Amino acid sequence: MNQLFPMKQVLGFVFSLLLTTVALAVYFLDMSFAAGMTILLVTAFIQAGLQLVVFMHAGETKDKGAIYTNVFYGLIIALVTVFGTLLAMIWDM
Amino acid sequence: MDFFDRFAVPHPSIAIYASMAAIGLTVIAVIAGLTYFKKWGYLWREWLTTVDHKRIGIMYLLSALLMLFRGGVDAIMMRAQLAVPENTLLDAQHYNEIFTTHGIVMILFMAMPFIMFFMNFVVPLQIGARDVAFPRLNALSFWLFFMGAMLFNISFVVGGSPDAGWTSYFPLAGNEFSESVGTNYYMIAIQIAGIGTLMTGINFITTILKMRAPGMTLMKMPMFTWSALIANVIIVFAFPVLAVLLAMGTLDRQFGTHFFTMDNGGMDMLWANIFWVWGHPEVYILILPAFGIYSEVISTFARRNLYGYKSMVGSMVIISLLSFLVWAHHFFTMGQGALTNSIFSITTMAIAVPTGVKIFNWLLTLRKGKIVFTTPMLYSMLFIPLFTLGGVTGVMLAMSAADYQYHNTMFLVAHFHNVIIPGVVYAMLAGLHYYWPKMFGFMLNEKIGKWTAWLLSIGFIFAFMPMYVSGLDGQARRMYTYSEASGFSLMNMISFVGAAIMAIGFVLIVYNIYYSTRYESRDISNDPWDARTLEWSTHTPVPEYNFAILPDVRSNEALWDAKKNGHVLFKGDYEKIHMPNNSGIPFIMSCIFFVWGFSFIFSLWIPVIVTTIGIFVCMALRSFEQDHGRYITVKEIEETETNLRGA
Ligand code: HEM
Ligand SMILES: [Cu+2]
Repeated sequence: MNQLFPMKQVLGFVFSLLLTTVALAVYFLDMSFAAGMTILLVTAFIQAGLQLVVFMHAGETKDKGAIYTNVFYGLIIALVTVFGTLLAMIWDM
Repeated sequence: MDFFDRFAVPHPSIAIYASMAAIGLTVIAVIAGLTYFKKWGYLWREWLTTVDHKRIGIMYLLSALLMLFRGGVDAIMMRAQLAVPENTLLDAQHYNEIFTTHGIVMILFMAMPFIMFFMNFVVPLQIGARDVAFPRLNALSFWLFFMGAMLFNISFVVGGSPDAGWTSYFPLAGNEFSESVGTNYYMIAIQIAGIGTLMTGINFITTILKMRAPGMTLMKMPMFTWSALIANVIIVFAFPVLAVLLAMGTLDRQFGTHFFTMDNGGMDMLWANIFWVWGHPEVYILILPAFGIYSEVISTFARRNLYGYKSMVGSMVIISLLSFLVWAHHFFTMGQGALTNSIFSITTMAIAVPTGVKIFNWLLTLRKGKIVFTTPMLYSMLFIPLFTLGGVTGVMLAMSAADYQYHNTMFLVAHFHNVIIPGVVYAMLAGLHYYWPKMFGFMLNEKIGKWTAWLLSIGFIFAFMPMYVSGLDGQARRMYTYSEASGFSLMNMISFVGAAIMAIGFVLIVYNIYYSTRYESRDISNDPWDARTLEWSTHTPVPEYNFAILPDVRSNEALWDAKKNGHVLFKGDYEKIHMPNNSGIPFIMSCIFFVWGFSFIFSLWIPVIVTTIGIFVCMALRSFEQDHGRYITVKEIEETETNLRGA
């Protein structure tokens, strides 16, 4: 029974619904722009990670190393791009 | 009539009407020819539906050569216009359209497919595989690229070409300043071709990581395969940025959003920013496989192994990361502060270090080598000094304070041609001569080949060195004329002469293909250059399954081991071979994409909806199709092998 019931997936699903609710709350509750954005960003990243690991089985094959290297490389490039853009277009204008 | 007005060219001239007639006649001639010689079936069976990486590669090559001439004609027109001051050969609008088209065609529709040709033709052979990981996706990549390119190419006879530069900066590219559909062509055609490129990226990373011959660890891969791997990694990370950028541009132009407008909270500079987030990695997507080809050619014709294999790989990995950290060097003058500019100056100069490592490795490979001066080697030898010059001027441009003087002048134009022509184009031509016998079973004529290399180089020096001078004197780029008093006349005249010499060089390439097809010997071995890597270990012409028995690899020069050290490449007996089936879906789907793109450009929404459905239907068909490929029996393999060996 234990093996058959996909506990991890069900919990993951509940958790991802929870994250969605929290993100949605930003729209309905009255809060500052900064607070709202922070909540959105944090929930978005956790959500993406959750989907990758739980539902897209990132860590379950022997390609694990390649997959995580890829994800981290992508993350680094994305962060560099975003912060570089902010620097060039806004902070240092 | 109102409906058809939109397809008219906004700024017509005799040349454009002549091109319309020429395009019409060519299409009729091709259709008539195919019908007369009853070649439709052949074309469909052998080419349009093929999933064979070698044939797809050859189609990339043909497209690239075609586009080389399209872009080349544009170039010669621009140089002719600038040859003398106050010239009226072209007016400002035509000049704008031509330099825009030239840039896009050369980078996206000439250099890119040329690279794709090499990756397609060479990588599976070099790693001892029978095809790429996803052969049908590969066909789709090619046809999407091809349809994107063709869509872009009809712009100048239907609706008008884009005229905001290949960088298409907003606000110039916005509706306010670019009213015609030209810039819509830019957004949509490049989008379609870009989707194809992204798929190629995924396809080749998988191929290289998963399908190498037994024994070929990552560090035993030939250098070209390494360079292709790294270039594809850059593609996968850079091209999504382009896709998003073009989508945002489309939304701004056709759906009234305000990403890049100057009012309503838009930010026009953001376009330039995101463009170069893709654009700088893009130049490395072009140059790294070119470096890979030079590595193969130089070690083959220096008759020794490549010096510093590990540092070659390491420098490419570093370049792939650094290429994402330098983009702001394209707009040092846009107004950001000294801090930002200093950061990007330093990262930019840092790229010169791994690039320098590679140059020294090639030089050290030559040292103590027994150099054989074939045409590919000649191109490589011309590449080293000329490219280094381009790298040095790149470092000059990288100094942000000094860039205020160089930016947007002919100096910049000289720089990037100085890296792209000796860097990328020479590699393509070297590779073309090098791989020609493997593709077609005869060599290209060496004498004409060497003449071409020298003509191109002399022409190159005359065409581009004067631009450094006139650029420093203040001649701006993208200006359709200049006054006598500016004093730019002499330099521009020399440039024109250089461009004309280069044009002769390019015509000689075509002549060489013609001449060699007629007169060169068909009696060549599988390994005419005495090369070192696996692609030369199979037969010429390469059978569709590439290798009857998958090779066993011990080092990064498997064939050399076999020739000199008695290593046995092909062990064991023939077994039946699993091959993919041909499919018409990639071609049909890309044709639908073409119609989709065309309708989108002219905002014809009903056909857009219909074709969108068509695209999804194609994808659904593919998803529900049961196609397990087919087997080539041992008997068939035996027959093919004896035939090829006997010949
Ligand atoms: C040592 C290596 C290199 C350095 C330091 C370098 C530096 C630069 C800089 C600073 C600019 C912008 C200058 C300005 O707008 O004022 C530039 C432009 C350009 N570079 Fe390079 N570069 C290098 C290699 C390459 C290579 C290998 C390629 C292509 C294969 C390339 C292609 C281009 C192109 C196409 C542009 C101009 C784009 C445009 O504005 O239309 N560069 N380079
Ligand atoms: Cu750059």
